[in-house]
Amino acid sequence: MSKDLSVKVAGVTFPNPVIAASGTYGFGEDYAPLYPLGKLGGISCKGTTINEKAGNLPPRIAETTAGMLNSVGLQNPGVDVFINKYLPELKKSGSVIIANLAGATIEDYTAAAVKLDKTDVDMIELNISCPNVKQGGATWGTTCEGAGSVTKAVRAVTKKPIMVKLTPNVTNITEIAKAVEAEGADCVSLINTLLGMRIDIRTRRPVLHNNVGGFSGPAIFPVAVRMVWQVANAVNIDVVGMGGITTWEDAVEMMMAGAKAIQMGTAIFTDPYAPLKVIDGLERYMTDNNIEDLSSIVGTVRPW
Amino acid sequence: MEFKCAGYKLINKKALAENIYSFTIGCPDAARLAACGQFVHIRVDGFTLRRPISICEIDRRMGTLTIVFVVKGHGTEALAKLNEGDEVDMIAPLGNGYSISRVPEKGRVIVVGGGIGVPPLLQTAKECKNVTAVLGFRSYGNIILEEKFRKVCDNVIICTDDGSVGEKAIVTAPLKRELEKGDVSAVFSCGPTRMLEAVAELTKEYGVFCEVSLEERMGCGVGACVGCVARINRNGDEKLLRVCKDGPVFNAEEVLF
Repeated sequence: MSKDLSVKVAGVTFPNPVIAASGTYGFGEDYAPLYPLGKLGGISCKGTTINEKAGNLPPRIAETTAGMLNSVGLQNPGVDVFINKYLPELKKSGSVIIANLAGATIEDYTAAAVKLDKTDVDMIELNISCPNVKQGGATWGTTCEGAGSVTKAVRAVTKKPIMVKLTPNVTNITEIAKAVEAEGADCVSLINTLLGMRIDIRTRRPVLHNNVGGFSGPAIFPVAVRMVWQVANAVNIDVVGMGGITTWEDAVEMMMAGAKAIQMGTAIFTDPYAPLKVIDGLERYMTDNNIEDLSSIVGTVRPW
Repeated sequence: MEFKCAGYKLINKKALAENIYSFTIGCPDAARLAACGQFVHIRVDGFTLRRPISICEIDRRMGTLTIVFVVKGHGTEALAKLNEGDEVDMIAPLGNGYSISRVPEKGRVIVVGGGIGVPPLLQTAKECKNVTAVLGFRSYGNIILEEKFRKVCDNVIICTDDGSVGEKAIVTAPLKRELEKGDVSAVFSCGPTRMLEAVAELTKEYGVFCEVSLEERMGCGVGACVGCVARINRNGDEKLLRVCKDGPVFNAEEVLF
């Protein structure tokens, strides 16, 4: 059994469609003791900003039914450290390396994008949807003007394929997707986390020091499938689906909804081998169903 | 740092006190790598996040790790329902343990534990010489591992909040007495944050090397998610460092409580 699981997203060929989602896999080194990074189709690296960012005070993690909240707040060492310290190692892996780029201002995004443009990073994922930072983050992603203007500015300074990561915390996600498509995005990824909150009933304090945080995990999967399906039907660029994917069946479902590739995050916390199990499952699924090209199932849902 | 992730067999399960359980897990590959003060990250069926639990004993010859945990919420409640022979899905060993190799030959080591912070100090005590243990518990019924500590320590001082066993005191009272003697070369501690803060202040006052093991709500457990940070003063800069990968053991002087 050796099926070709490769897929093409925005012109970039991924050895398989399973990508580690930004913020859940660091810069690849933390899980290295378990298996080589090269087994993954791609890795979207920890959200990176032009300068080092300290992030939010703890607690940053809260468990929920079939999911979790986080309020890390984009803690990262800055784009230069990413480029000089982590990128060379990452590039040796054979996985597609995606830089996840966040910022408070347009200038933050473009200054870091200029630096990334000179590297051999395969793709830039524009993070305009982080719910855990006061400035920037989701404030860019919640309006068509904001999302469009960041995309346009970064498009002007790089030839790298741009993937724009969309927030689900909007009234109509298809409008945002269309806005970034119009400004030159090569593909979109969705969904980032849903804004949530937990309260400790003994202390009457929110569990998270940031009070609110991003909700992820299997609980949000149906929301993600719905949004991917809506966006895939609204734009002509490629869509990468994520949000609660845990099993290979979830991955197939997400691809049928319209995703060319998928990202996994929270499932890795539960089981670090989850992405590999999904890849194995997809290979079996192809064999069992005589599928030669995995992309042939993308968007094949037959709506009632 | 090397670690394993696999399903291992629960070889021995014991109830040590009300709501406190001891699991001995057969995991030769992980046991071989483990050091005192490290932890394991256990998956519980039906829960998204794993539970970090410190390593209480390492038997490298038998290839086992023993962990001791308290039932605190639904996750640990489900974990406590496992029986001998069941599989335990575990990432281990994780984090940095106590720097026992830095302890000078001469002088005494004091391990200071409070409540469910006591277990990781047992392996630590085993691997040091001239150890005095100062162990604090709420009351008679909450005391755990006392006999095991007596086997490996020169002296064990028990205190309880209500005075039902040993001294009616918090651990800092006997710790201060021991530090006064002037022959202590290192203090290793684990327990509630307020206790650790008091231990850190006291050891600083006496100029004694001290390490504390911190606890924080954890995501991945391996350093990737940056979810479990603590405020650490390193070389004059305040940093938010990962309890799972940069800790859980930190130099007490660096911790900003």
